[in-house]
Amino acid sequence: MAATKKSLESYCAPRFGGRRCWSASPGVSSRTLSALRALCSGAHQIAFARDALKRFLFGLVFVVSPVVNAAVLPEERADTLYHSYSGGGVTIDGPSILVRKNIGNTVSLSANYYVDMISGASIDVQATASRYTEQRDEFSLGADYLVDKTTMSLNYTNSSENDYQAETVGFGISQDFFGDLSTLSMRATYGSDDVMRNGDENFLEHAEHRRYSLGWSQILTTKLIAELSVETVSDEGFLNNPYRSVRYLDPNSGTGFSYQAELYPSTRNSDAVALRAKYMLPYRAAVKTEYRRYADSWGIEADNLEFRYTHPLESENLILEGKLRFYKQDGADFYSDLFPYVNATNFRARDKELSDFSSTAIGLGVAYQVPERWALFNRKNTLNFYWDYILFDYENFHDVRVHQGGDSSYLPGEEPAYSFNAHVVRAFWSMWF
Amino acid sequence: MIKRVLLLLPALLLLGGCESIMPEPWVKPYERHYLADPIMSFERDPVAAGFMNHVYEAREAARGAEGGSGGGCGCN
Amino acid sequence: MRKLIAALCTSAALLAGAPAIAKVPASDFTLASLKDGNLKLSEQRGEVIMLNFWASWCGPCREEMPLLNDLHARYEPVGFQVWGVNVDANPQDAQAMLSKIPVDFPVLFDSKSDVSKLFGVEAMPSSVFIDRDGNVRYVHKGYRTGDEAEYKKIIKELIRE
Repeated sequence: MAATKKSLESYCAPRFGGRRCWSASPGVSSRTLSALRALCSGAHQIAFARDALKRFLFGLVFVVSPVVNAAVLPEERADTLYHSYSGGGVTIDGPSILVRKNIGNTVSLSANYYVDMISGASIDVQATASRYTEQRDEFSLGADYLVDKTTMSLNYTNSSENDYQAETVGFGISQDFFGDLSTLSMRATYGSDDVMRNGDENFLEHAEHRRYSLGWSQILTTKLIAELSVETVSDEGFLNNPYRSVRYLDPNSGTGFSYQAELYPSTRNSDAVALRAKYMLPYRAAVKTEYRRYADSWGIEADNLEFRYTHPLESENLILEGKLRFYKQDGADFYSDLFPYVNATNFRARDKELSDFSSTAIGLGVAYQVPERWALFNRKNTLNFYWDYILFDYENFHDVRVHQGGDSSYLPGEEPAYSFNAHVVRAFWSMWF
Repeated sequence: MIKRVLLLLPALLLLGGCESIMPEPWVKPYERHYLADPIMSFERDPVAAGFMNHVYEAREAARGAEGGSGGGCGCN
Repeated sequence: MRKLIAALCTSAALLAGAPAIAKVPASDFTLASLKDGNLKLSEQRGEVIMLNFWASWCGPCREEMPLLNDLHARYEPVGFQVWGVNVDANPQDAQAMLSKIPVDFPVLFDSKSDVSKLFGVEAMPSSVFIDRDGNVRYVHKGYRTGDEAEYKKIIKELIRE
């Protein structure tokens, strides 16, 4: 019984981890490196990567003597964050702690602990499931090694849920050049996931993810900086959600439709390119703009555009921020809200994240720098609060809840399109060492 | 194919840079007053930026190219 | 620039120590200072000068300020001076920082970047060591914890000449 409940709970849990495990983390594995090597035919590239790794490993063991004329390590700081996402009947919140500390002048270590606690029931489960809670824990460790104008980074992330285990390793390298006006960065990550299904001891699937990214950041004037990012991701293995279903027309059903398990292709390749710029206004305030274009082998295409305005109030020790973000996507080729009959297509999905939809977000934030007389440990301390409000509008994901209570005034496929709003909160305390 | 290009591009740029004449860097190290201002970084707070990317990636099919490097004081 | 790229291409190797330069006469300049009126470099012949280019927005510069102050105090009696050349476009930013981190050595204002250009400053901070005869002898780019040992070595060498 418990197993049944569990599977219902997890059914369509719009989780943040696992299936859509985030891997914003840089890093390298020997596997990734060999993949890198195989991809690059140029001897220079191979020698460079090998040399880079050697130097990195050397650097981790022996802290090399101070060098001159070099780039900088990231700031040493500790952040304690409470995050919350609430919308569409689901609340996902939890803490995150990120600490970064340097060893000497060349090595920077970071550690992150992140928790998602998921509760509530999304639209997919509201008809059948009770409220539930579930947790995802994530640990990350990172090391950056700086030699002259080159920074190399290694990263490891472990994410665990009771029905999903993911490990990611990555390697990144970044280089300042052209009088430090330009920074070129590359990153490769490899992720390996084990997918389980609660209530089904025999269910075990596997998925792998490879990410390659390239970034070029360029100082254009004393007040303008721009960055071009490109990233390609390839997934292989079990990519769908073992609990999710699609619906199809079924004359034998009372509602006129039934459900069957969803089925995704076992590979997915995507490319994204983003261009962003930040500009200092004639008074002390900055504007940021960002555009990203995305396309993948599932037929999904997406664009997003973001504007941000940052305005310090020096006398009040405050930094205010406002944000507007627009997102629009065309869904996957094999997405349908309602398939015409059972097994209608080779692949099938009714995951609203794969549908045609758009979203608009407005965000407001404030950062307060604690005055020196109150500052903890005599360090720079900030208290920060950011709030985003996101409106999601689905074009071809229909709200089947209208059929609840036997109301048959809607024909299958003619239910109103679904939409919902979400609040996203980040409240954190930061301290610089 | 795209991967290959992606990975070879920096090598070509670096090697190309050896041969060709490039213009002088036009923003000098002592002219970084504005760029050094914390409000000029693309993301001031990694912990919060990481979380937002995570939210977007969970709610949207698009992923990747979040970026985040370069700029700043450039102090050695 | 080409040299820089060439260095970058051959390897991402570390360049240790301050590169020694052949005796090149330091370009002369006159700048207004915070407390000592107008200061002219050529009038300091006979003294070892450490020209330290710094900015209020530069973290490593703030870090090395007190250390430079110590060096100045310690070696001033034997013919050494630190000159802090501030590159802030707005000298008030420099003064605000100096009110928090006070220094005794002369602070000069190069808000138009003329002297920074003259010396081809390639990093923040940058330190130019000038011997008793007015020649540029060493250029130290940047500051990392522990670099003051290097400074001391150079200063000792130059004041003994």
